[in-house]
Amino acid sequence: MADPSRPSPVPGPGAGFAFMGLGASLLAAGSYLGLFVAPRESYMGDVYRIMYAHVPTAWNTMLAFTFAFGAALAFLLSANFKWDARHEAAVEVGVVMAGLLCLQGSIWARPTWGVWWDWDPRLTTTAVMFFAFVGILALRRFVEDPVKRATWSAVATIIAYADVPIVYYSVRWWNSLHQMQSSPETVSAVFVIPLRTNAFGVLFFMTGLITLRTRIASLRLRQEMAPPLPEPAPVLAPGAAR
Amino acid sequence: MTQLLAALRKEWLLQSRAFAALLAVLVFGATALLLFSFAVGPNYDLLRGNAPGFLWLALLLSSTLTLAESFQAEMEHRALEGQLLLPATATAVYYAKALANWAQLTVLGIAMVPLMVALYDATMPRPLALLGIIALGAAGLSAPGTLYAAMTQQARSRQTLLPLLLFPLVVPVLIAAVKATSLLMLGDPMGQVWSWTLLLVAFDAIHWSLCGLLFGRVVED
Repeated sequence: MADPSRPSPVPGPGAGFAFMGLGASLLAAGSYLGLFVAPRESYMGDVYRIMYAHVPTAWNTMLAFTFAFGAALAFLLSANFKWDARHEAAVEVGVVMAGLLCLQGSIWARPTWGVWWDWDPRLTTTAVMFFAFVGILALRRFVEDPVKRATWSAVATIIAYADVPIVYYSVRWWNSLHQMQSSPETVSAVFVIPLRTNAFGVLFFMTGLITLRTRIASLRLRQEMAPPLPEPAPVLAPGAAR
Repeated sequence: MTQLLAALRKEWLLQSRAFAALLAVLVFGATALLLFSFAVGPNYDLLRGNAPGFLWLALLLSSTLTLAESFQAEMEHRALEGQLLLPATATAVYYAKALANWAQLTVLGIAMVPLMVALYDATMPRPLALLGIIALGAAGLSAPGTLYAAMTQQARSRQTLLPLLLFPLVVPVLIAAVKATSLLMLGDPMGQVWSWTLLLVAFDAIHWSLCGLLFGRVVED
């Protein structure tokens, strides 16, 4: 049973901004390497360069939802509301990243596959994952009681997370148009360095966003759980009977 | 086990007194089946090919009506709290409710099959296998549906929230059930129906155990 009276420490915004700054710097460096230093790819030409944004977004979306799952589990086990704030932040940032992932995928699909969207298992399951977590955000919006909101959304996240491995392994389970996962052994170093730089850039930027969003969620929780202010004493008119 | 049987008896009483509601949902499902044909037009080849998809979409839409109402009686006069204070375990309450919802959805699915055959000129060479697929698909809808119904029953905008949470989650059920039904109705030269049935069984096993485990957290105060 969650105890709403346990205060959660509210982190300051400094760490969040520091992570975002570090992430933005790495992203700038990685994007420069990817756009101007890495050579053209022999089959796709310059179109492949969206990989330097798309693949790091995909990896980090999975990480965001994995962190949301961990935070949901930690909340159910510890009933500590700092995990609820982290859970809320991770789901929200994860949903934004999953939306970006679908958008980037569409931009890539048009010149390479000739369509904006394909009913490939990986694309479909990514869209399904996006909608599943949007549903959890809606659930949080429609429940006023902070204890019920935290518990129910944690339960819903644990169930929805069962979808994430299906997304990852769908490429292997079904024959699909989407390319299989690459490994550093199958990709030349000149392509790998900007990819990894951007992956860490997105990771730090996302960590900064989650840290800042956690702070907002913690402040709101503190406000919601504050004991009600005492009723003001009635002001009696002069000469009124006591 | 005794608690589960007692809870099942309560569910049976509730269901037997709400027969009219089940009939209304069936009429809704039949209307949906009729409306889907307008999206395709009067082309029998197309209608026959899409019949399994239409059947499962109609059942999915109908399921939101039955699931959304399934905790209505428990919420009146705080009956759910009363049951838990009896004491009945949350697990027994969940499995009884999920089994009742599963039975209701299976009956709905079976009742829609003759309508589908009549409206879309669909063939049904393996009726018993189709019955099994309907039962497995209904189980995949009812396990998470019952859990989400318990949550959304106590939230604002529950009619919107339940499908919003349930539909993305049951996409694997929908895909596997439609594929398996198609293979049963239109022919299965490669023997693929078992792999889709296996996917349904795996989804059911994961969700029936996971949701039963988590239900206690949803109804605790």
